[in-house]
Amino acid sequence: MPELTINGRAQSVDATDDTPLLWVIREQLQMTGTKFGCGKGFCGACTVHVDGVAVRSCSTPVGEVAGKKITTIEGLHPRGEHALQKAWIAEQVPQCGYCQSGQIMQAATLLASNPNPSRDEIVAHMDGNLCRCMTYPRIVKAIQRAAADLRASNETAGARRG
Amino acid sequence: MTKHEKIAVGETIDLSRRSFVVGSTAAGLACAFGPSLALADAAASAFAPSVWYSVAPDGIVTVNVGKADMGQHVASTMAQLVAEELGAAWSDMRVNLTGNDPKYNDPALGAIITGGSWSTKMNFDAMSRAGAAGRLALVDAAAAMMGAPASELSVYGSVISHAKSGKSKTFADVVKGGKITRTFSADDLKAIKLKSADQYVLIGQDLPQIDIPAKTNGSAKYGIDMMLPGMVYGKLVMPPVRYGAKVTNVDDSAAKKVPGFIKAVVLDDKTGTTTGWVVAVASTYANAMKAAAALKVTWDKGPNADASSESLLAEAKRLQKDGSTALFFVKNGDPEAGMKDMPKVLEAEYTTNINIHCPMEPMNATAEYKDGVLHLYTGNQFATRTTGIAAGACGIDPKHVVMHQFWLGGGFGRRLDSDMVVPAALAAKDVGKPVKVIYSREDDMTFDFTRPLTYQKVKAALNGDGKLVAMEHDVVSAWPTARWGIPAFLTPSVDKKGSLDGFTMNGADFFYTVPNHYVRAILNEKAQAATPSGQLRSVAPGWTFWAVESMIDELAHAAGKDPLDFRLAMLDGAGENAGGAQRLRNTLLAAVGLAGYGTKKLPKGEAQGIACVSSQERATATWTACVAHVAVGNDGAVKVKRLTVATDVGTAINPDGVRAQVMGAASWGMSLALFEKATMKNGAIQESNFDLYTPMRMGQIPEIDVAIIGNGEAPCGCGEPAVTVVAPAIGNAVFNAVGARVRSLPIDAAAVKAAMKA
Repeated sequence: MPELTINGRAQSVDATDDTPLLWVIREQLQMTGTKFGCGKGFCGACTVHVDGVAVRSCSTPVGEVAGKKITTIEGLHPRGEHALQKAWIAEQVPQCGYCQSGQIMQAATLLASNPNPSRDEIVAHMDGNLCRCMTYPRIVKAIQRAAADLRASNETAGARRG
Repeated sequence: MTKHEKIAVGETIDLSRRSFVVGSTAAGLACAFGPSLALADAAASAFAPSVWYSVAPDGIVTVNVGKADMGQHVASTMAQLVAEELGAAWSDMRVNLTGNDPKYNDPALGAIITGGSWSTKMNFDAMSRAGAAGRLALVDAAAAMMGAPASELSVYGSVISHAKSGKSKTFADVVKGGKITRTFSADDLKAIKLKSADQYVLIGQDLPQIDIPAKTNGSAKYGIDMMLPGMVYGKLVMPPVRYGAKVTNVDDSAAKKVPGFIKAVVLDDKTGTTTGWVVAVASTYANAMKAAAALKVTWDKGPNADASSESLLAEAKRLQKDGSTALFFVKNGDPEAGMKDMPKVLEAEYTTNINIHCPMEPMNATAEYKDGVLHLYTGNQFATRTTGIAAGACGIDPKHVVMHQFWLGGGFGRRLDSDMVVPAALAAKDVGKPVKVIYSREDDMTFDFTRPLTYQKVKAALNGDGKLVAMEHDVVSAWPTARWGIPAFLTPSVDKKGSLDGFTMNGADFFYTVPNHYVRAILNEKAQAATPSGQLRSVAPGWTFWAVESMIDELAHAAGKDPLDFRLAMLDGAGENAGGAQRLRNTLLAAVGLAGYGTKKLPKGEAQGIACVSSQERATATWTACVAHVAVGNDGAVKVKRLTVATDVGTAINPDGVRAQVMGAASWGMSLALFEKATMKNGAIQESNFDLYTPMRMGQIPEIDVAIIGNGEAPCGCGEPAVTVVAPAIGNAVFNAVGARVRSLPIDAAAVKAAMKA
């Protein structure tokens, strides 16, 4: 019975160690923002963070992540107001929306390490995330917008501290 | 051409015999098509002047959306139409997704169905009139409250104002305190004068789509997210052939050792929607997957076990050559006579391979029997038929089926089908518990109702002046719509000798003036049996314009004319092409102008190609043109550098939403043209996941320029048409770049290389 820390909360789940993390999150814990897309790690709809790294929860056995810090779309920001989430609304990115939790979680790890990604860096980081509605141009724009917003707020914070 | 008649499934509503009733109670306001519905409902707390929306005492307007929202934001579009005429503030608008209740039937189609890029065009009038009637009723009540004549009141942003006295009442004030008594007969509704374009305050604005915030934080609910107390899970065990297999034995001895395993349910599907499917039911989905893997099922593979893409194409060619089953879709003049003695006659075959929808949300449904009623929880585009299929499969009255609608994690036509409710409903019936069935991606792909394999033969003649004078065009495919068994969806042949599936033919009845023009439809029975096909985003125009717009280009080159001039000359608007041809001509000119067609000297191996289309149907056409700029490598690989798409949508309700749809549709067109190919072998679809079936990814998308033309005509749909214009534009560009004419989709690098001039 693995002990998980999801979105800052300790959770004990009734699942064998080989159970994909995705199904534990979705069906047992009923946090359905993380989506099932392909089951093989080809599409990225199930992307969550494990210790800050974007992983495909459909192909991650729950036993491997016991004791690690797991973040889902529900826990990315307490009010859903991460810079990426705001940018996703500003750029009106989602169409069907089903892949977008995974897109946002994937993008968040890029911005965490690269405050000013180029278009090529965005594409290289995001190319494993499929969008069947093909909202890609807006995803790129939203990531660029969020990056700019984060840089601006960091500068403001820096100026205040200075 | 396809005609729209009321569909004879489920209950149809005859609007002419009912009144539009507006009534009020102490606490609310309601609009309804129905005999005294609102007036009779004294307990209602909201003003519901129509089935389509209600205004709550707090002023929130909730629009009931009968349309499936699969990312085209049609729910917001319906709300935008209602809000415009009602005079509501956009921030007050909400949407409610309705299920299978026939009172939400499409007012033009008489069923609950979303497809064809029809919704905006066909619901514009009903939503606008419902909104306007509500406004008139609210204004009357406000006039009484304020002691001012209704004619002196104005409405904006959910506030009714009297400029002379400076008084105003919000919608909330009126709903809470007013007596709303005005009623509208069908004739009254028809007589309402709707706003003219210059009076619009919301139509034409890039309003934020109502569904988007919930799609950024994980809170938007899709069918797959449904949870019920006591619910168990089903994983499918699929037969080795797409259609026609029978289960001969199920050995569950190993499955019984899987913790939580409940039962293997063999589907006895009396509707024939599924054949040979087994559901492994277990306590969790993880356990159901294990149990499914442990089940040993044997099948009789049935009659289609030898079918392959090659055999279906060979059969299509045989049927076309034979010709005896062909039915006329277009019959103008006499092509045979018209071709006689002409200096140039071209013949070509165009094909498209099988394509898979694979929306990101795999097919799924949750079913529960409760108090004698079957409840279905799923996202679906055709609730009316899905209700019938579920009832038929379970042997119950359709009246006892309630379908609950969700946001669709992609539709693209896949969710026009109903198969996903069959395993859930039958398993729930069998085990006596609510069951959620989730297709694996492999189940979803290999048991898709695919875009059919198509074969087209086109023969055309040029006269001495290089003018196209005669064309014969045969289209051979499976007929997705015939599979539905709904006669109203079929089209009588021109000579009334039979019914054909116009949804495999639309587009072939183009707007070019060609004096002698035959188009014939041929059903590929073998494909129909082996690959039950479906409607995939853009449907027929996705293949008919591939053939037509490629052939037009071939003819232009044969005539020694520029493909643009050649097209413009035939878009003369003669006879029944009047109006449409001119709009298409203007749209084509807009696209070439934006793309700088013919103005640039491009490097070797690069060129632009053009195409223009009147998708989806002549009666519902959206005028769309594309310039594709490609670079072809020495290995024949095609790289699209830029797509320029112009589209005349008449009136853009939400231009940003239109742009999103057109970009998505154009991207689909490119993905189908270059990257997506499914194959049938031994009766089964071979591509089972995104490693083998490969829709376009972020790194492959080119620059896409979209120009939206709103010229004040009635709105037309934008979710599909731009799919259809891209493949021929790319094919024509490839020819212009390297002299290689490709006639099969997807465009294959080896085929391009083989056809390249040395």
